[in-house]
Amino acid sequence: MTDKLITANHLADGLVVFLTAAGGWSYRLADARVIPDAELDVALAHAKAQHEAQIVVDPYEIEATVDADGVPVPVRLREKIRAAGGPTVAYGEAELAGRAVLLNQAG
Amino acid sequence: MYRYDEFDHEFVTARVAQFRDQVGRRVSGELTEDQFKPLRLMNGVYLQLHAYMLRVAVPYGTMNSRQLRMLAHIARKYDRGYGHFTTRQNIQFNWPKLSEIPDALADLASVEMHAIQTSGNCIRNVTADHFAGAAADEVADPRPYAEILRQWSSLHPEFVFLPRKFKVAVTGAERDRAAIQVHDIGLHLKKDENGRLGFAVYIGGGQGRTPMIAKKIRDFLPEEDLLSYSEAILRVYNLNGRRDNKYKARIKILVHETGADEISRQVEEEWERIRHGALKLPQGEVERIREYFAAPATLKALPPSAALAVERARDPEFDAWVERNTHPHHVAGHVSVTISLKAIGSTPGDATAEQMDAVADIAERLAFDEIRVSHEQNLILPHVAEDDLRAIYDGLAAIGLATANAGLVTDIIACPGLDYCALANARSIPVAQRISQRFGAIERQRDIGDLKIKISGCINACGHHHVGHIGILGVEKKGEEFYQISLGGSGDEDAAIGEIIGRGFSTEEIVDAVETLVDTYIAKRESRDETFLAAYRRLGQGPFKEALYGTP
Repeated sequence: MTDKLITANHLADGLVVFLTAAGGWSYRLADARVIPDAELDVALAHAKAQHEAQIVVDPYEIEATVDADGVPVPVRLREKIRAAGGPTVAYGEAELAGRAVLLNQAG
Repeated sequence: MYRYDEFDHEFVTARVAQFRDQVGRRVSGELTEDQFKPLRLMNGVYLQLHAYMLRVAVPYGTMNSRQLRMLAHIARKYDRGYGHFTTRQNIQFNWPKLSEIPDALADLASVEMHAIQTSGNCIRNVTADHFAGAAADEVADPRPYAEILRQWSSLHPEFVFLPRKFKVAVTGAERDRAAIQVHDIGLHLKKDENGRLGFAVYIGGGQGRTPMIAKKIRDFLPEEDLLSYSEAILRVYNLNGRRDNKYKARIKILVHETGADEISRQVEEEWERIRHGALKLPQGEVERIREYFAAPATLKALPPSAALAVERARDPEFDAWVERNTHPHHVAGHVSVTISLKAIGSTPGDATAEQMDAVADIAERLAFDEIRVSHEQNLILPHVAEDDLRAIYDGLAAIGLATANAGLVTDIIACPGLDYCALANARSIPVAQRISQRFGAIERQRDIGDLKIKISGCINACGHHHVGHIGILGVEKKGEEFYQISLGGSGDEDAAIGEIIGRGFSTEEIVDAVETLVDTYIAKRESRDETFLAAYRRLGQGPFKEALYGTP
């Protein structure tokens, strides 16, 4: 059986956020509240109210499992990528630097 | 280049002020997301997987160095130091804060740029051949007409709530570098037997979940009738296009369901009604717009460059770059240069702020201050004297932009895919990077020759997979990424939709599968002159299927 998290995008900066145990929002997946099925509807109603209050945009639930350290891990790849806070590939200057290292290694 | 007149300036500045007010009201809570969404989309602002995304229009892909420097500035100040050039000749920024976007738009307006109509169900940025005004094989520069269409379609009151988005492309050469047959309207600028300029008109092309090659509805439309005929097409579409199902709302579906002959009849009927009205283009006005796009006055014919010949003989890497990344110019002693944004293993179409600044400097110093964005996600210096090629190459090499792969197997189009896009089902960029690395050796690429690989991360086909010689479509299957291959597509004058070859491949298998296809082509081609596409069209699916699956 999987657990649920609630995620959204922050209104002002657009970044991915997770609903926390305190009822607020965090950019960190590790802060996400793991929600039992029985409490999901109440939590979603709270999240929806936060959408109405213009704090986050379009909250929704996602499936997650909890790893050995107690950190939730989203099930779907899409949500794994969102939770990581950025693409699975390097970008910008970091991408150029990464490719320069590879080129040097190749001689 | 086109320069804003007073009206343009006022219009763009007013829009920035309007959007600033809307963003303010959204952040303060006065506007709900439902109310705000259509407003932000009208200004090119999406909400993607990780953040907001701002899509900035580059009309018909043409910029000067000042504008490109501004894009670098936007990348630095409001984003994370880079931008992504798209298949519609625009640029996308992936990380702007909503509250800062009005400032970014104000900065863009200061160099005559904006994000208006880069989203939403309206007429989008009109695209054109990236070698326009330079190509040796061109009848006339298509950009004046793209600009005339831009002026007509900007906030056109009748066409701001179309059934769906609407894309127009114009080419001025027989060789179609603008993919006009996969656009809602494709215009082929040509001359009739009397030497008059006009257009072959195609409608109803497109990709997405229902790919269609456009139907030609008129062989020759006189230049002066461009707007009245376009208006007639849009009116027929706006009235009859489906609004009940967004997946069936594009004009291609209307043309397909109604029949090209009947749509053509309706368009002609409407056109007859309006063709002699206010939309008839006065010749003086066409000339006035054309003036903006005149070749630089200092662009004069030169003898073949002796220095270039010496350098090519001396440096094989430079020679390879000149061979692949330059295109014949209509002025002797000049070429157009393709700046590949497809370094081996890189993200197709991405450029850092530093790279944009450096390209702007090179363009200003050595290339008549003009830069283009190509729909194949590269940058172009349209006017370059052969004598300056070495200096340009060295300048590009210093910032990692001298990859000699234009049109080769590693010159891959890829959409942002599941790494950025809220609609995607699978990643595109890592697949492009791995294919690029697999075929990285330049000798091997040159041996393979012309080969267009195009990758989309979902059925919406932003990566143009339907028209790839090898097209790759990412799908999600039981929670895993899977990639379906199609072969034989083309977006050029020989346009065709690729055919799916068989079952899909896992992330682990997909690069091997592409290599198998390429190896099969090498083994079966009649000579090095027979391209992958030509060989596929001669051989059919059989040998490729057998190589992939063991059965023909």
